[in-house]
Amino acid sequence: MALAATAVALLPLGYLLLRTAEGGLPTWWETVATERVARLTATSLLLALVVTLACLVIGVGSAWLVTRSNTPGRAPLAVLLALPLAVPSYVAAFTWVSVSDLWSADPGARFEGFGAAALVLTLYTYPYVYLPVAAALARVDPSQEEVARSLGCGPWRTLTTVTLPQVRPAIAGGGLLAALYVLADFGAVSILRLDTFTRAIFTALSSGFNRSMALTLATVLVLLTLAILWGEGRTRRAGARFSTATVSRPAPALDLGPWRLVGTGTLALVVLTALGVPALSLARWIAAGSSAGQAWDRIGGAAWGSLSASLLGALLTVALALPVGLLAARHPGRLSALLERAAYLAHALPGVVVGLSLVFFGVTVALPLYQTTWLLALAYASLFLPLAVAAVASAAAQAPPSLEEAAQSLGTSPARVFTRVTLPLTLPGIGAGAALVFLTAMKELPATLLLRPTGMETLATRLWSATGIGRYAEAAPYALLLVALAAIPTWVVVRRTGIVPAGAAGPLPGRAVPHPADPAPVEPVVSP
Amino acid sequence: MIRVTRLALVGALLPLTLAACTSTDEQAPASDDTTTEATDAADGGEGVAESDGTLTLYSGRNEELVQPVLDDFTSETGIEVEVRYADTAAMAAQLLEEGENSPADAFLAQDAGALGAVSAEGLLEELPQETLDLVADTYRSADGTWVGLTGRSRVLAYNTEAVPEDELPASVQELTGPEWTGRVGVAPTNASFQSFVTAMRVLEGEDAAATWLEGLAANDPQIRERNGEIVADVDSGAIDVGLVNHYYVYELAAEQGVAPEELDVALHFFPDGDTGALVNISGIGLVGEQPDADAQALVDYLLSDAGQTYFVEQTSEYPMIEGLEGPAGLPALEELETPDIDLNDLEDLQTTIGMITEAGLL
Repeated sequence: MALAATAVALLPLGYLLLRTAEGGLPTWWETVATERVARLTATSLLLALVVTLACLVIGVGSAWLVTRSNTPGRAPLAVLLALPLAVPSYVAAFTWVSVSDLWSADPGARFEGFGAAALVLTLYTYPYVYLPVAAALARVDPSQEEVARSLGCGPWRTLTTVTLPQVRPAIAGGGLLAALYVLADFGAVSILRLDTFTRAIFTALSSGFNRSMALTLATVLVLLTLAILWGEGRTRRAGARFSTATVSRPAPALDLGPWRLVGTGTLALVVLTALGVPALSLARWIAAGSSAGQAWDRIGGAAWGSLSASLLGALLTVALALPVGLLAARHPGRLSALLERAAYLAHALPGVVVGLSLVFFGVTVALPLYQTTWLLALAYASLFLPLAVAAVASAAAQAPPSLEEAAQSLGTSPARVFTRVTLPLTLPGIGAGAALVFLTAMKELPATLLLRPTGMETLATRLWSATGIGRYAEAAPYALLLVALAAIPTWVVVRRTGIVPAGAAGPLPGRAVPHPADPAPVEPVVSP
Repeated sequence: MIRVTRLALVGALLPLTLAACTSTDEQAPASDDTTTEATDAADGGEGVAESDGTLTLYSGRNEELVQPVLDDFTSETGIEVEVRYADTAAMAAQLLEEGENSPADAFLAQDAGALGAVSAEGLLEELPQETLDLVADTYRSADGTWVGLTGRSRVLAYNTEAVPEDELPASVQELTGPEWTGRVGVAPTNASFQSFVTAMRVLEGEDAAATWLEGLAANDPQIRERNGEIVADVDSGAIDVGLVNHYYVYELAAEQGVAPEELDVALHFFPDGDTGALVNISGIGLVGEQPDADAQALVDYLLSDAGQTYFVEQTSEYPMIEGLEGPAGLPALEELETPDIDLNDLEDLQTTIGMITEAGLL
């Protein structure tokens, strides 16, 4: 099963190999060994590095603040912090550019280039880190931290030596997703005019109709992904730890004292910048334009298209991710690691390349599925499998395998162990993964345009049509609904993963130290 | 726990559902199971061309601009049009990838370059001579595989407050001069800009084109991703002038809900056959097995008085057939002093893109 799932992710790669082989290795080398490719590599990698580091700081920091501190307003903030993920990068970048006249009257100082791209990508990518880390933090058994505190460790030392290592798989997985997202993103870098691989691929395709050039550049992107995966794998080998929680109880919130207001302020600033700029820009579009009325007749059909295609894509992706993620977490070894890593390979490819590879797959192998929602869902699975695999694997890594072993030793069948023990334990992770895929699929544009059933519209395709001829007022409602719809699963996930304590509408009274009446069972940390 | 079991059930059933749908969806992409209600209204060529009353159109042009005229076509002929909309370039790549298996019957493209790329792979069928003869040689394929449907002129959009009419340049060559430093908007990733540079290479030679691009790059140009952004920035005064296609001004006026004359952006057509006055086309070609009477009927309709009038009035583009007036408020196509060039000569975009990249504009 895991093999079949990985095969889906490898479809685009097979296509790339096939097309590259047609040209031959010498041609490939000739295209690749140029100064431009070297420059593209440097820019793409630097951007990925800068954005990933920034995402780790914002993502882990905010996850800790909303789950482990008494920062006021953390319940609503926990939900709001996930929302920037619902804003497609092309909308984000375009709205940032179109409000830049507010703070700069000089057209020469246009909002573009490396800094602009890094800022925009960070603001809309950090939830890839925030969501899994927050979910993991909410589930970590606090007993080990309590032991550390009772043995005299300060809060900072406890955090860095006990808490963070326990959620390390979530941090590494989130960082990896952020890095690959940056490599694959086209919207932001094209609008903010930063010459990266994706932009060069699109340019080759769109202005020269040069498929072989575009696909050759894509193979280099795959090599970069391999390098990043190798690097991340090395940090991971240092050892994931299983928490041995047998009870799940919320960790006590740390009292930050006066600093808690700084926490609120910082989180609010992140949310306000990320969501406020697009909101302001969309409001201006509606106010200035005359085409808003056009949207209302069409928005229902487009919303249905978005929801149905993304839901199907999310279900398919999660179904494929389960065997890969569980295998990686439960039976660590060369094969499972290889399969899990392979799931990531296509993730850094731009949507248009994955879309074209599925066009090829559709017309040569699965003609009956071509231009049906099923092939589109398969494309989403191919593109977004890692989102779900990472979520499943990190959730499974935190669920103690001893419970499964116990169930098995009591004579429970493997299938029943899966449904009664493994699945409930990993469900928050699966839920988060499904929601991530769902959100990301809703925003996806290039592959959707290539593979959707003829005549099917989604909010993203409507947004693309309207902005294509400058009807920004019409575009604004689609963009707003896209974000609003994406907000619903985000909210559900945030509640379910336990980031927000149930019933905590407002700030909880903070408890600086663990309750003395909690006799936490002391158990050793188990290394696999 | 109930919730959990249900999810497990979904997981277990999903492969089954997938398998079931594989068999039921089998006929979905094919269009030949639709009832043949429509007769071949266009030219009544029974026996020669097949008609099943439907056709699949791949449109690289925007839905807002194209769908109304397709609706007119359907109510006129009874032929249903299934349309896929996408970006012209991505759609050309898609057609190339689909090859012989393409469900498309016709490809409506934003520019001649895309049609040429698809035609070069042998995927476009030859059009009948009567159809080709409706359009001037310059605006159709030399091998008869595509025809132009509408003409769009390259222009200099200028802000009427910032640039008095007597200061307008007589040639694009002047835009590399010091008086235009930091004032010129261009969209180098745009196909229309690249066609124009290709035309300059053909007309004035490779060296002249390279020199111009370098001069432009050194003159602190205002680079935008799209023509529409340039026109909006010229109107707002952020940029003084910009090299664009003529109809973007009409899009901007429509979005702002005002007449084009009320905008602060106006059009300057370069005189004396300057390369800056290149007229490019949007066009159509037939894909797959021909003759297909339905697809041919669509081409005929789009080149009829009714079809051409739609484009003139609704998208402010120039008609391709004789005897029709151009868009109101614009000089007629015959009055434009366009450069003497055949669009068939603009196929070599590779070199152009290399030069634009070299100049640091991309």
